[in-house]
Amino acid sequence: MSEHAVVAEGVGKVFNAGSSDQVEALKGIDLTIGAGEFVSLIGPSGCGKSTLLRLVGDLVQPSAGRLEVNGKTPHRARLDRDYAMVFQKATLLEWRTVGKNVQLPLEIMGVDKAERERRSREFLDLVQLAEFSDHYPWQLSGGMQQRVAIARGLVFDPALLLMDEPFGALDEMTRERMQMELMDIWRRTGKTVVFVTHSIPEAVFLSTRVVVMSPRPGRITDVIDIDLTQPRTFDTRESTPYYEKMTEVREALRAAGVGVE
Amino acid sequence: MSLRDDPDVLEAFDADVPGEPQVDVSRLRERLREVAPAIVLFFAALALWELTVIAFGIQEFLLPRPTVIVGTLVDNWTEISKAAFATFEEAVGGFVVGAAAGALVALATARWTGFRTGVLPIAIALNSAPIIALAPIMNQWFGLTNPVSKMAVVAIIVFFPVMINTARGLTEVDPAELELLDSYAASPSEIMRNVRIPSSLPFVFAALKVGTVLSVIGAIVAEYFGGPRDVLGVYITQQASLLHIAEAWAAIVVATVLGVAMYTIVLVAERLIMPWHASFRDQRV
Repeated sequence: MSEHAVVAEGVGKVFNAGSSDQVEALKGIDLTIGAGEFVSLIGPSGCGKSTLLRLVGDLVQPSAGRLEVNGKTPHRARLDRDYAMVFQKATLLEWRTVGKNVQLPLEIMGVDKAERERRSREFLDLVQLAEFSDHYPWQLSGGMQQRVAIARGLVFDPALLLMDEPFGALDEMTRERMQMELMDIWRRTGKTVVFVTHSIPEAVFLSTRVVVMSPRPGRITDVIDIDLTQPRTFDTRESTPYYEKMTEVREALRAAGVGVE
Repeated sequence: MSLRDDPDVLEAFDADVPGEPQVDVSRLRERLREVAPAIVLFFAALALWELTVIAFGIQEFLLPRPTVIVGTLVDNWTEISKAAFATFEEAVGGFVVGAAAGALVALATARWTGFRTGVLPIAIALNSAPIIALAPIMNQWFGLTNPVSKMAVVAIIVFFPVMINTARGLTEVDPAELELLDSYAASPSEIMRNVRIPSSLPFVFAALKVGTVLSVIGAIVAEYFGGPRDVLGVYITQQASLLHIAEAWAAIVVATVLGVAMYTIVLVAERLIMPWHASFRDQRV
């Protein structure tokens, strides 16, 4: 396995090529993400950050350039179940209980029942929802549903977590708690996380690097190292370096021609 | 510090748990209060009917009183119940065949896009055809007194709504759920089993409920075109032509009960098969 989790070289994506509603979503994306990194893609709506995430996940095919995930083609990586996707919506299947939702990827991967149940207990415990295994998704709050989605992502032990604004629909307090919890999980599991967000504080708090993108066509305009001390805690949010990094990201967004706040 | 070991954090996480659904006695009473208006209205309407007939001296062969109809039903129970059972068999037999065929064809349309684009428009067009008009032809094909001729009409009537609705349910799936399954590199049959079929169930049951009502109507109207002596449709036409209007009404009441019975069976099946569905959720949440 390569030590690079993701390599993108000159990646571009054009939707509806050749037709009148042709959109150039991404252009000339060069990005290398090392194993174990926590990288956020930040930019306004329409900058192609979600598209980039889906290109990595082989859910969308690139129009130009070359992509490598875990040293393989994205397609191979998807077949090998190298990554888990977490969406803005929890996307739990409403006809399955919480436990059965977490077991879904394991079922598809042909893991036997005893092992499925053991792992679903383990990861529901990790997101502090062990006692909700037999509940249906609608009985849980939005934050709890998103934690189930994270447990479902981790349960088959993928090397990468691809997260598309996973906390975007949550209220601010729940969101900060979820960020802490995700930090905790990331530190303990050593996964590579690619995290799409349009929140500057969220990107700075979570990431080891922040990739700044601008729209039409989506390009990477800056990559900022976030060298705040690990582990990040409640105190991190009140530290001066944290504010300095937020300012740096904000200025990078402005330099990219993006109106900020 | 690990977040999970902090009791305050844990408590905060648990604070946003909505109430669990519980079985409690007050719910039963609540349910009774919900259906009470319908029951009261039903008996009030019967009383009004009874009184209107008496007050205006309406002849019994035009409109018999509800109490007369009930009395007639009791007096002729052996004959009417035998006819009802025969009609029920036709309706249920046709319903099962039509619904199963509709669901199977819908599965095929979901699996093969070419099949869907070819079949669906034709099905939608045929769905608006007055299928009951086929009854005389089915009588010719299968024989006037053969219950299969009535089942065939019922099956065709039930087939189209079930097929069209199921096909819609199988294809109108949350795109995020499909993307999720794609991210697991799930096969088409796994997507069918885990996403498409469960998503289609509310559509299927909506069609089945319509189908139960249509199947009783279909069976009886098909019998109007002729059939064995001991079925409801034939009984109703014969009694009506003899001006035995109370007997005809008694048979119509029983036919209504058949329709309600089939509907109820589907309703119960729906609750058992998809207890997770939004329509069954505790209203307090």
